[in-house]
Amino acid sequence: MRRLIFVLPLVAFAAVAAWFAVGLTRDPNLVPSALIDQPIPTFELPPLAGSGVPGLSDAAIKGKVALVNVFASWCVPCKAEHPVLMRLAEERRVPIYGINYKDAERDARAWLDTLGNPYAAIGHDLSGRVGIDWGVYGVPETFVVDRTGRIRHKHVGPITPQILRDEILPLIASLEK
Amino acid sequence: MIGRLAAFLRIALLVMPLVVAAPAGAVLPQEQLADPALEARARAISRELRCQVCQNQSIDDSNAPLAADLRRLVRERLLAGDSDDEIIRYLTARYGDYVLLRPPVRRDTMVLWYGPAIVLALGAAGLIAWFRRRRATPDSAPLTPDEERRLERLLDDRRPTP
Repeated sequence: MRRLIFVLPLVAFAAVAAWFAVGLTRDPNLVPSALIDQPIPTFELPPLAGSGVPGLSDAAIKGKVALVNVFASWCVPCKAEHPVLMRLAEERRVPIYGINYKDAERDARAWLDTLGNPYAAIGHDLSGRVGIDWGVYGVPETFVVDRTGRIRHKHVGPITPQILRDEILPLIASLEK
Repeated sequence: MIGRLAAFLRIALLVMPLVVAAPAGAVLPQEQLADPALEARARAISRELRCQVCQNQSIDDSNAPLAADLRRLVRERLLAGDSDDEIIRYLTARYGDYVLLRPPVRRDTMVLWYGPAIVLALGAAGLIAWFRRRRATPDSAPLTPDEERRLERLLDDRRPTP
């Protein structure tokens, strides 16, 4: 009993240290999405003029497992993930829908002209209001939507080939079953 | 006398702006609502909402574009006649409880809210128990006659010799 008094603070310290050790490896900028397993928001966005693809609405997304990618020409990490999206689009595995977030039409068009357009449809969200409905806080963000139109996964930040291979493609495969 | 008054005035002039001016936040004039009552409600709600981009600032304080969008949204909802609660719910539905600078008291946030008080109470209880026990046990055994005599002698030695 007497010895317990000396052991207890040590145990408490070890517990707190372990707690913080795990906490320090986590990125505090990643906010868990409130929309996981929720139906996608109802919205209707005009097309990006001159892009050659239609605009985007919640109805257009439903029915198939799909990726919804929020991007902007002013967003540097978006440029990093763009080739990954292009490759995925070439495979024609899943439709990729774009929400062009708070971007000037001309800039967005120039971006697609130089880098290519992986999107089956692009909604132009100039005010960022639809972005708020999707809980967007930092582009790029990518959502995996299942057939019934539920958001099953959200990735914040650029999609790397590793993330595509290890997280997104396996999830798509399991949702398509 | 005049000098002291001048000094007082000088200090008062320095301190007054700090006391009188309300914190301005990041709200731009063109964002503000014409109705001062609604604007006050908008400011109060905005101060409770976390900016997701610069996470330790409220949307009232933050200059991030998203914070400006959210401030505008709060004001639009107010003009549409939403209650404060409805606006908070509108945003938590999209951004989760994380958008609230003061998390709600729920079963899974009990530790967060009451943990520190419980730790404090446990510590205080431990401290009280420790002091009690120390007072209950006598500091030392009474001196033996032998020790009494030695003490007497020591005290005698220290007495100043006349």
